[in-house]
Amino acid sequence: MTTRAIGARIPRNEDPRLLRGLGCFVDDVNPAGVLHGAVLRSPHAHARIVSIDTARARALSGVVLVLTAPDLGEQNQPTPLLIPNPNLTHPRTPRPLARDEVRFVGEPVVFVVARDRYVAEDAVAAIDVTWEPLPAVASIETALADGAPLVHADVPGNRAARMVQRVGDPDGAFASAARVLHEQLFIERSCGSPIEGRGVVAEYDPRAGTLRVWSSTQAPLPIKNGLARLFGLPEFRVDVIAPDVGGGFGTKIMLFYPEEILVPFAAVRLGRPVKWTEDRREHLIAATQERGQRHDVEVAVDADGRILALRDRFLHDAGAYTPYGIVVPIITSTQLPGPYKLRNYAVEFDVVYTNTAMVTPYRGAGRPHGAFVMERVIGLIARELSLEPAEVRRRNFIQPHEFPWDVGLTFQDGGPTRYDSGNYPLGLELVLARLGPGDFRRRQAEARREERYLGLGIGCYVEGTGIGPYEGAHVRIEPSGRVFVATGLTTQGQGHQTTFAQIAADALGCDPADVTVVTGDTRKFNWGAGTFASRALVTSGNAIGIAALKVRDKVLRIAAELLEVSSDDLELAGGVVGVRGMPDTALTLGALATVANPIRYAFGKEAAEAALRLVKPRKGAVLAPGEEPGLEAYGYYAPPHATFASGCHAAIVEVDIATGDVKILRYVVQHDCGTVVNPTVVEGQIHGGVAQGIGGALYERIVYDEQGQPLTTTFMDFLMPTTMEVPEIEIIHTETPSPLNPLGIKGVGEAGAIPVPALIAEAVDDALAPFGVRVREMPLNPGRVLALLAEGRATA
Amino acid sequence: MKPAAFEYVAVRTTEEALAELARDGQDARLLAGGQSLMPILNMRLATPRRLIDLNRVGELAYIRAHDGGVAIGAMTRQRAVEKSALVARCVPLLADAMPWVGHFQIRNRGTIGGSLAHADPAAELPAVAACLDARVTVRGPAGTRTLTADQLYWTYLTTTLAPTEILTEVWFPTAPSRTGHAWLEFARRHGDYALVGVAAAIMLEEDSVAEARLALTGVGARPVRARDAERRLVGRRPDDAALADAAERVKQVTEPQSDIHATAEYRRHLAGVLTLRALRLAVARARQAPPVTT
Amino acid sequence: MIPPEIAITVRVNERDYVERVAPRLLLSDFLRHQLGLTGTHVGCEHGVCGACTVLLDGAAVRSCLLLAVQADGARITTVEGLARDGEPLHPVQEAFREMHGLQCGFCTPGVLLSAVELLRDTPHPDDATIRRGLAGNLCRCTGYQNIVRAVRRAAELLDRR
Ligand SMILES: Cc1cc2nc3c(=O)[nH]c(=O)nc-3n(C[C@H](O)[C@H](O)[C@H](O)COP(=O)(O)OP(=O)(O)OC[C@H]3O[C@@H](n4cnc5c(N)ncnc54)[C@H](O)[C@@H]3O)c2cc1C
Ligand code: FES
Ligand code: FES
Repeated sequence: MTTRAIGARIPRNEDPRLLRGLGCFVDDVNPAGVLHGAVLRSPHAHARIVSIDTARARALSGVVLVLTAPDLGEQNQPTPLLIPNPNLTHPRTPRPLARDEVRFVGEPVVFVVARDRYVAEDAVAAIDVTWEPLPAVASIETALADGAPLVHADVPGNRAARMVQRVGDPDGAFASAARVLHEQLFIERSCGSPIEGRGVVAEYDPRAGTLRVWSSTQAPLPIKNGLARLFGLPEFRVDVIAPDVGGGFGTKIMLFYPEEILVPFAAVRLGRPVKWTEDRREHLIAATQERGQRHDVEVAVDADGRILALRDRFLHDAGAYTPYGIVVPIITSTQLPGPYKLRNYAVEFDVVYTNTAMVTPYRGAGRPHGAFVMERVIGLIARELSLEPAEVRRRNFIQPHEFPWDVGLTFQDGGPTRYDSGNYPLGLELVLARLGPGDFRRRQAEARREERYLGLGIGCYVEGTGIGPYEGAHVRIEPSGRVFVATGLTTQGQGHQTTFAQIAADALGCDPADVTVVTGDTRKFNWGAGTFASRALVTSGNAIGIAALKVRDKVLRIAAELLEVSSDDLELAGGVVGVRGMPDTALTLGALATVANPIRYAFGKEAAEAALRLVKPRKGAVLAPGEEPGLEAYGYYAPPHATFASGCHAAIVEVDIATGDVKILRYVVQHDCGTVVNPTVVEGQIHGGVAQGIGGALYERIVYDEQGQPLTTTFMDFLMPTTMEVPEIEIIHTETPSPLNPLGIKGVGEAGAIPVPALIAEAVDDALAPFGVRVREMPLNPGRVLALLAEGRATA
Repeated sequence: MKPAAFEYVAVRTTEEALAELARDGQDARLLAGGQSLMPILNMRLATPRRLIDLNRVGELAYIRAHDGGVAIGAMTRQRAVEKSALVARCVPLLADAMPWVGHFQIRNRGTIGGSLAHADPAAELPAVAACLDARVTVRGPAGTRTLTADQLYWTYLTTTLAPTEILTEVWFPTAPSRTGHAWLEFARRHGDYALVGVAAAIMLEEDSVAEARLALTGVGARPVRARDAERRLVGRRPDDAALADAAERVKQVTEPQSDIHATAEYRRHLAGVLTLRALRLAVARARQAPPVTT
Repeated sequence: MIPPEIAITVRVNERDYVERVAPRLLLSDFLRHQLGLTGTHVGCEHGVCGACTVLLDGAAVRSCLLLAVQADGARITTVEGLARDGEPLHPVQEAFREMHGLQCGFCTPGVLLSAVELLRDTPHPDDATIRRGLAGNLCRCTGYQNIVRAVRRAAELLDRR
């Protein structure tokens, strides 16, 4: 018998290429004669453009094209609002090049194309812009102050959106509650910052009228369709390819970035290929960012610590524009309840424009904020009632028999926030069993006697994953016996060329190594959305499963005809199909693929075998009516609504009360993403997510000064953790398959990052409990920890 | 992030380099390991007309015992110093501090001279030089000068070197007996410039402090030698009260700046904490060191 | 005024090149765009991320902080040189495959070359040594855990050779 590929720790198909340095990332794409772009970006957070003099730049040797807003004509229209929402009453999206006014440092103003990037940067430096600086607002607070300068003159109060949601009767519950607790919480700006920045290459062939674009994006299909419309080209003449992508984390799901229009525009205008590769400074000022919310939360509890109602009001910093709508705060508001029963819940938020980089989803997409709020509330209740936070969780968990559980809110995709399956109490108990909380309390007490401060923190989350609309797949067995799979979404390191292959391999009874998966290439597959919202494996994975099963049916049907047996007697495994128990009847998939295509001119053993042994005289047409050539099929999967993954993380930290340093001594993860297709890949996703979460809890901040100048423009200032800051992570897998999709899969891409700030806060509180410390903002840094200590001592 | 255009010349001797500098003066920049200069050029924070590359000046790369100490040529790679047995034996404080300079890939290129000349007040080497009264040799059109760290450092990223001068050598005295050294620093991430770093050297005689040296990074516009704190230690038994007293004094004299990584107040506090810890370590090491032989 | 190009001779992955370069051309750009060795990646161009790490005369260095002209006469190994066409993976590469030490693969070439020097200096490193040694290579995907395991595994594989 063959072993199932799904669930196996299979080494990745993509690795040999990447390890040899033979990957192909966007900046590795070098069409003959390619020119290089650079962008002049606003040095002001808010200013009027009085005049632009490009004469000196144009005169430089090697400069080919200099574009300002008027040069783009019609194509300089505001980029589309990706996800409209009636509550987003004042949406504003940027133009590829700013026209009269700039609204954040880094906003593109002039695009230069030159012989190489060096000369392009010389040209940018030689452009003289006369600015009229305008007052700027760089934070939520200043943006909302009375008489604050306006980011958009026609958006009063800088308020882009306001949304109010309600479940049950929160007011009634508050009125009758035993206790009401209140807290204010803050999460700072951060960003995804993949090690590969963004990049775009475009090539226009005037004879064929074709535009080909390579972009380091998570969503080539929407870009393709958008570019076709924008440039008035037939869709079939536009291709967009996301080749190897060096990490995305949401940053690259944003579209259209200005450069995704500027580079194709220049390529069409010049009839020559053009490349723009983002540098790190550009990334840290002009790529989209996230986090950045201020919450005011109240909770009503009974005497046992059961939550009766929760009310949250929060402010969400949108940056200068809202091209991605208000998805992030919607996710925060709908995912905030996490694994807890919240029958009475009121949440309202305001989305605020500031003169800073745009905010769009970054790994976690609103959830780390929500989890931070909810888990801080759990800690608040625990402290108020002198309970262990774990116990408060136990008392409020949704129980395994209560699924499906309807939170009662509309999710980001417009569908219900209905938890399909899970086992939250189990997750907590597994993590605690691994850490030994009783033992920990003893060690903690001992350590305190030596003036060492250890703390335990827990963070639970539920993550809506695998949202629609849909993805599709094309599966084909080639005469070589190799399986070709194509799907529309992309891969940025998640190992899709392996996990997708595993799904196809199980359906087709072959080795995953014999399956070649192509993602993110509109030449190979034309339908779908992209990789975001932890949806790739759920949507494309199931689509591939569906398509592969169709191919399997055809394989069995043709083999049954050839072998003159019933398909029930056939066995498909190890790349061959034959009558069960009769190995000499076995036919390879390649031979069957050859037979299935009644045009024969192929080289090779399978072809010879097919021609000599398998082909029988036929009556009539070689293809019966309705029959299609080849062994191939298309499949599509549209989830009914999101499927909800979950997890519980816990860490033990040590706080040095002299320096404020927080060290993570142990880190344990339980996670449940339904059916695990490849445990190694899932673990990798979690490791990476946790590392980003640790960054968000202790290191990474995007900082602006009061004038809106970004202060974190290098990797010396935006502090991503290294090997030395990320601890060993212990992982416990649990599998509660989703009833919503055939494979029972839930997403896992973002999960690792979600609960980390919440649990670090709880752990630091716990470590510094003798001083009455309470963490209310993220990220922490040593100075802040000492300030908290001082504050705690003063009020104690 | 690409540098603006410049001319480039690779010199082979110090003489040649001096001649080039004399010709170009203000418009030229010396290129040593490039680990500080290249990022600055890539970001176009500096746009020199000409680079004079010292990497082929073999005569400036050496580590040798000299005059009761160790002389290190300016173009010696930081990594070579880190691995040098002579340095480990004779200048243990330098050996202690070296691994804290960036990452090994940085130290494979970065030079001793470049680090000293770059004058970053957060850098380890200038503080070590200040702590040990190292002597820096500078050559220029008018001849050779020898400077102490105090004479070398002017302010943030600025030395007293003329644009026509080259730092050619640094000399560290051999550590005296019964002396304990310690380098301690606190950085947000491993390999980053530290928020604060402390170099300490304590010489004991019959369990009282015969000599104390303290220098800090990250608490001023230059490496800071805490002489007042040092004086308070001399002649005292190095018990915790004495060490804490010195650490407190260090806090009082430092004038750090606030930035996005830490407030001035935090840095001052950290200077006290690290000074105390460094002094304790240095004292413990001094007690283990062999007694003074006269 | 454009400064004249300079002729250089470099040996990259055991192959000799004679090239003309502008003085300001970074070694990383020279390798990637002039020699077409795109395995060396660029993540920050200010020396922090380590993606551009190559071996220069055997020592791991940041190619974004070197000028191509400075490589005149030098021997360089890039990721493409660890295992040439047709050769099996280098033990360090093999270990990274076994241990899932890479995800997007963008940081990987720099990590591999740093690991080569690390393992040459310390053939049997403990985890702390590995972590300290690789702190100069940022990875945004893996959380480092499998990178550390891969380096440990590479030490075993190298031992067997
Ligand atoms: C990621 C990273 C992390 C780092 N972390 C640290 C750290 O933690 N601690 C630390 O101390 N450093 C750190 N550095 C900087 C590193 O140590 C540099 O090597 C050092 O500061 C400069 O030495 P260099 O040889 O590279 O000099 P260069 O960069 O070549 O030159 C620096 C400056 O000194 C001048 N100069 C160089 N040599 C001479 C000379 N002989 N005479 C006169 N002027 C000269 C140059 O003209 C230039 O202005 C880090 C660098 C990077 C990229
Ligand atoms: S690109 Fe050279 S270190 Fe980041
Ligand atoms: S694998 Fe993606 S950055 Fe390391």
